[in-house]
Amino acid sequence: MKPIRRKYSVLPGFGLTMGYTVLYLSLIVLIPLTALLLKSASVGWEEFWRTVSSPSVVASYKLTFGASLIAASINALFGFVVAWTLVRYRFPGKRLVDAMVDLPFALPTAVSGIALTAIYSRNGWIGQYLEPLGIKAAFSPLGIVIALTFIGLPFVVRTLQPALEDLEKENEEAAASLGASRLQSFRYVILPAVLPALLTGFAMSFARALGEYGSVVFISGNMPMKTEITSLLIVSKLEQYDVAGATAIATVMLLASFGLLLAINLLQWWSSQRHRGVA
Amino acid sequence: MSIEVKHIGKSFGSFAALRDVSLRVNDGELVALLGPSGSGKTTLLRIIAGLETADPNPRSEILFHDASVTNRSVGQRRVGFVFQHYALFRHMSVFENIAFGLRVRPRNERPSNPELRDRVNHLLKLIQLEGFGNRYPSQLSGGQRQRVALARALAVEPKVLLLDEPFGALDAKVRQGLRTWLRKLHDEIHLTSVLVTHDQEEALEVADRVVVMNQARIEQVGTPDEVFHRPATPFVMEFLGQVNVFRGRVSGGRVLLGELALDHPRHTAARDGSATVYMRPHELDIKLSRNGAPSLAARVVRLNPAGSVAKVHLRATDGADIQVDLTLDRFHELNLADGDDVFVYPKNARVFVPDYAI
Repeated sequence: MKPIRRKYSVLPGFGLTMGYTVLYLSLIVLIPLTALLLKSASVGWEEFWRTVSSPSVVASYKLTFGASLIAASINALFGFVVAWTLVRYRFPGKRLVDAMVDLPFALPTAVSGIALTAIYSRNGWIGQYLEPLGIKAAFSPLGIVIALTFIGLPFVVRTLQPALEDLEKENEEAAASLGASRLQSFRYVILPAVLPALLTGFAMSFARALGEYGSVVFISGNMPMKTEITSLLIVSKLEQYDVAGATAIATVMLLASFGLLLAINLLQWWSSQRHRGVA
Repeated sequence: MSIEVKHIGKSFGSFAALRDVSLRVNDGELVALLGPSGSGKTTLLRIIAGLETADPNPRSEILFHDASVTNRSVGQRRVGFVFQHYALFRHMSVFENIAFGLRVRPRNERPSNPELRDRVNHLLKLIQLEGFGNRYPSQLSGGQRQRVALARALAVEPKVLLLDEPFGALDAKVRQGLRTWLRKLHDEIHLTSVLVTHDQEEALEVADRVVVMNQARIEQVGTPDEVFHRPATPFVMEFLGQVNVFRGRVSGGRVLLGELALDHPRHTAARDGSATVYMRPHELDIKLSRNGAPSLAARVVRLNPAGSVAKVHLRATDGADIQVDLTLDRFHELNLADGDDVFVYPKNARVFVPDYAI
């Protein structure tokens, strides 16, 4: 039997790149995560459970996941509008707007946290108008949602843009010629085509929000049971040299995030399978 | 349902895609818009469909069945439109693609589910794709996709069918098959149809009438026979089929080309000057020796007998290239070889004298 010959390529280097990938992922991702699990396992099951199920920690889970979910949903909706505007229309200053979308990527999160707090606090530019309406933006869960929306926006916009650019104008024209209304064209022709990208953007925005720390700590006010996010709890445990406790909470976060991302990826895979057909 | 457009103009920026174009397509007719790319044929089709609007002009009008549809949107015009690249909905099965136009109807006009299924299945049968309803467009060949696109357009029972280079993205063999099939389909359902194509063979074979377009204008409208055999302009002459072009001289009401003197009553009034003489390759004969009648002397450059006619490439004494198509019988009879000196006898020629602007 002849050995299977490797497929010819003009740019060989599978061995080198694969080796590098494994090494890199091990050093940066796998080993730290394993250490995290090992460290949290060192405290014993009972202690672990007591730490991760204490009322203040459970409240922080609810806040973190709830606020992240709301923020990612807002981003999915308004990020879609921003991406749509940037792809579909030509207007003066378009490039500037396009560049602005990346700002949340580039700004140090602490800076954005301070800026948002300044604007939304009681005497800030926007906060002063919200206050009489009985809306407390800064130092409340709403403030956390605002901060998480801010940092998650570019993920949705940047994943949706290529998908929207790929849409064929003819598809919409075909729908229109078949008598579909604009809403029907959008609902049945455009949305299904960009849904996988939208889900990806949503998932990335959501994942980013779960782990956010810097911007949130400024605007949330960090009131126990009310506006403490999980990342903050981890940091405060570390400040009390309770490394095991910190890693225990981190482990729960890790598993939950992993589970959610897996679910969203499955959803996305399913929808792209359905849309592309079983080729 | 007849289609009529009157005084349609359209420009994109400084580029004029259509200049004052008027055309009537009769009920049940299949008309081909034929022309090179950029001639405005697709723009005209899209304006008929309502996918594009003509430049504002009080005289311009679009009529379906002699009623104006100028201000109606594409959805209201009830046209079936078939795109060059199919434009099928990738995320829908073949069945759902075809059913789309029925499903998006207002509730009171929407057919019931069994009715809808019957209708789609009937169309699947019509396009010879029974049993393909559950497949996705990505699982079909190009020809199959285009047939699905056609069925999707027919599902809404359009009053006119508009096809924009429907076979342009397919390979030659499939194109030939679909062309014949389309003509057969048209003979069955008699839907007023407009087909855009840049392939003259396709236009001449499929259409009842051909509209030859060039540079935003209509050059000629006529049956395939008319446009091919009685071209109205040099452009039509050159665009349809192959042709040999010669520069001749008008003198005393006759056109002189070498020792040939061609009678052209149409041009007897023409002033002396230059004229262009067109001869189709199959309208020329080759003889090995002069027979007394005026002819053009030439030398054989290349022979290509592979095909239904033998193509003989010649070079005239004045350096002009001439192509002659001979029947295979005639070709074998002559027994030509490269480098032979021969004499070309035109059986037919067309002369166009350039219009002089004053």
